[in-house]
Amino acid sequence: MGIDLPLIWAIIILFGVMMYVVMDGFDLGIGLLFPFFADKHDRDVMMNTVAPVWDGNETWLVLGGAGLLAAFPLAYSVVLSALYLPLVLMLTGLIFRGVAFEFRFRARPGRLRLWDKAFAGGSLAATFFQGVTLGAFLNGLPVINDRYVGGAYAWVAPFPLFTGLGLAVAYALLGATWLVMKTEGKLQQRLRRIGRRLAWTLLAVIAIISIWTPLQHPAIAARWFSLPNLLWFAPVPVLVAITTWQLLATLRGDGHTAPFLLTLALVFLGYSGLGISLWPHVIPPSITIWDAAGPPQSLGFTLVGALLIIPMILTYTGWSYWVFRGKVRHGEGYH
Amino acid sequence: MDALLLARIQFGFTISFHILFPALTIGLASYLVVLEALWLRTGHDRYLTLYQFWLKIFAVAFAMGVVSGIVMAYQFGTNWSGFSRFAGGITGPLLAYEVLTAFFLEAGFLGVMLFGLKRVGPGLHFLSTCVVALGTLISATWILASNSWMHTPQGHEIIDGRAVPVDWLAVIFNPSFPYRLTHMVTAAYLATALMVGGTAAWHLLRGRDSVPVRTMLSMAMWMLLAAAPLQAVLGDLHGLNTLRHQPAKLAAMEGHWEPTPPGSGVPLILFGWPDMQAETTHYKVEIPRLGSLILTHSWDGQIPALKAFPPEDRPNSTIVFWTFRIMVGLGLLMIALALWGLWLRRAERLYGARPFLRCALAMSPAGLAAILAGWYTTEIGRQPWIVYGLQRTSEAVSPHEAGEVGFTLALFVAVYLAVFGAGTAYGLRLLAEGPRSGDDREPEGAPGQPVRHLPATEEVRHGH
Repeated sequence: MGIDLPLIWAIIILFGVMMYVVMDGFDLGIGLLFPFFADKHDRDVMMNTVAPVWDGNETWLVLGGAGLLAAFPLAYSVVLSALYLPLVLMLTGLIFRGVAFEFRFRARPGRLRLWDKAFAGGSLAATFFQGVTLGAFLNGLPVINDRYVGGAYAWVAPFPLFTGLGLAVAYALLGATWLVMKTEGKLQQRLRRIGRRLAWTLLAVIAIISIWTPLQHPAIAARWFSLPNLLWFAPVPVLVAITTWQLLATLRGDGHTAPFLLTLALVFLGYSGLGISLWPHVIPPSITIWDAAGPPQSLGFTLVGALLIIPMILTYTGWSYWVFRGKVRHGEGYH
Repeated sequence: MDALLLARIQFGFTISFHILFPALTIGLASYLVVLEALWLRTGHDRYLTLYQFWLKIFAVAFAMGVVSGIVMAYQFGTNWSGFSRFAGGITGPLLAYEVLTAFFLEAGFLGVMLFGLKRVGPGLHFLSTCVVALGTLISATWILASNSWMHTPQGHEIIDGRAVPVDWLAVIFNPSFPYRLTHMVTAAYLATALMVGGTAAWHLLRGRDSVPVRTMLSMAMWMLLAAAPLQAVLGDLHGLNTLRHQPAKLAAMEGHWEPTPPGSGVPLILFGWPDMQAETTHYKVEIPRLGSLILTHSWDGQIPALKAFPPEDRPNSTIVFWTFRIMVGLGLLMIALALWGLWLRRAERLYGARPFLRCALAMSPAGLAAILAGWYTTEIGRQPWIVYGLQRTSEAVSPHEAGEVGFTLALFVAVYLAVFGAGTAYGLRLLAEGPRSGDDREPEGAPGQPVRHLPATEEVRHGH
């Protein structure tokens, strides 16, 4: 047997989407927290912590889309057309959020609030509809003859709407702990308080989704609660509990970087939980990564580039974060 | 309207907005490389002033390009799932390579380019500018390879109803790719030069004469002089390539319905109104044999006529006939402006000749208009195919109801007009403020807005 190209590509895409979730997660989270910080100078600081890097963070989403098209064209065509409306609404949110970075600094003072709203509202719409998309995807997309046969509004259901809110909590926590790392003083103290509340909320969200999914999907229940899987996967919820406890402790104490790293770990655990539930389906509940894979010539050709270039991307992205390391202060920023 | 037409309008609308921003960022990024290089070499303030000025415009255009581009990357799946299923094995890897080799590169170094001069020093900063500019060109290369394959597909086999790549070099270097790439990159440089030149002209007309403004006009006019005639040559070559590989498109561009008698050559129809129903071009103004001369470079060469193709395989001649003429007309005006500028320069009146400056100002959006007209010509000319000869557009569309596509189209129209309207307004306001030399500059932006809030350029001048 040769190299299992679909498997490698599934790992690359999962990695790309995870990078997107954690990196654009804290950018979007900052937008979600905007309404709680009315002061213009606080908002400037918050925005300046991500101004040099947000574009690169969002690029992981494009890699996810392009990788899916390259490696699993069937999944790309089915999933994207099935989740047409929430995806379009998400893209609209990303438009408002993205241009606000530039426009906010270009607007006349009277218009500043407008772009603040665009930033917060765009971040909220993008996050919520990403979560809705995720929930609808977890719920499964019925496919007959390579075509989606569910309804255009199947995503308007309790579970997807709940995952939409859940993702907003996760991103807001990422944003809050990122800001704890990048700010100081009163602003940081407020963020610590907000972060603690968000951590508790996220724990509740994870618990509800962990109960809801297996109840709704017997296959997922079987995946988790049969032996010996149960033993293999038992560390996931245990680690979630430990991480949250640590996170709360460092937010209460004076950890600067630790809360953000712990939140990353928490998001990673939640993400792995979803992966365990879905594997190896690229269109749940029935189409696997091998069913949906494109021609091996396409996967192989793109794999060469991905394996060579992704390490380089990680290197120079890391360098860019290094250049802009440290606290962002009132009246200073990068500008 | 049916869902197919709505989906096509949606694609046309979103890509028309999108293409303008990459065109400007391709041109501006290269321009910024030249400006920073000149600044580092000569130490002259004017180059740094111009760098700071155009960097602000670049940042606004780049942000709009990024957000409108993400819509494109997802639209292939949301609206054209038949196309993605059929051709994803070819266009997907090309798009993935674009993301890997270009988007990340641009995004990774853009932050340093915009905000990092003080932190990394001039050497690394200049490197970042170069890398971003390189990224814009790499991006153009991949996406045009993908688009060109849709026009002149090769290097594939059709297996189980999908296009499977068998020879990647043949896929990438397909017959129309070299022409499309050079034509588009040159168009981006032209559009930028016209924008830069028009901005300088505006300031000179308002009596704001300064060294940076003059430098801007001078550089733009040199660029125009080099690129506009080159573009005519590239366009001619591209046309010959189209004649060979997409004869129906070419016949539609020329409004050429009937084969002409042997030996009489093909006339060039300057103006007229191609009528798809009547299968003729009304009100023709034509020059005998010129069509043969231009297209076959011979006195009596023949080109295929539209009637040689069955009606269901003909692109809409009424549209492409006119978009093509608008593009060519604007191109000829660009050459004329460049020559006029050269003549004034030799007479040392370049910076004071008001009629010329007014024309340069009027021409500042001409490059972007020509890009749109050219893309309409080539894309509508490919119809009714989405992948020429392999898949029809009607087979490519996602099975949505007209109501859903209509809703998203209305949403995109509303959002794009609001967002990109505001962005264009901010861009124009920045252009109107003009370049200001560094140290005596007052806080930019609106009154009452502290200086530190302005991204992109502030510490460039501290770093100076």
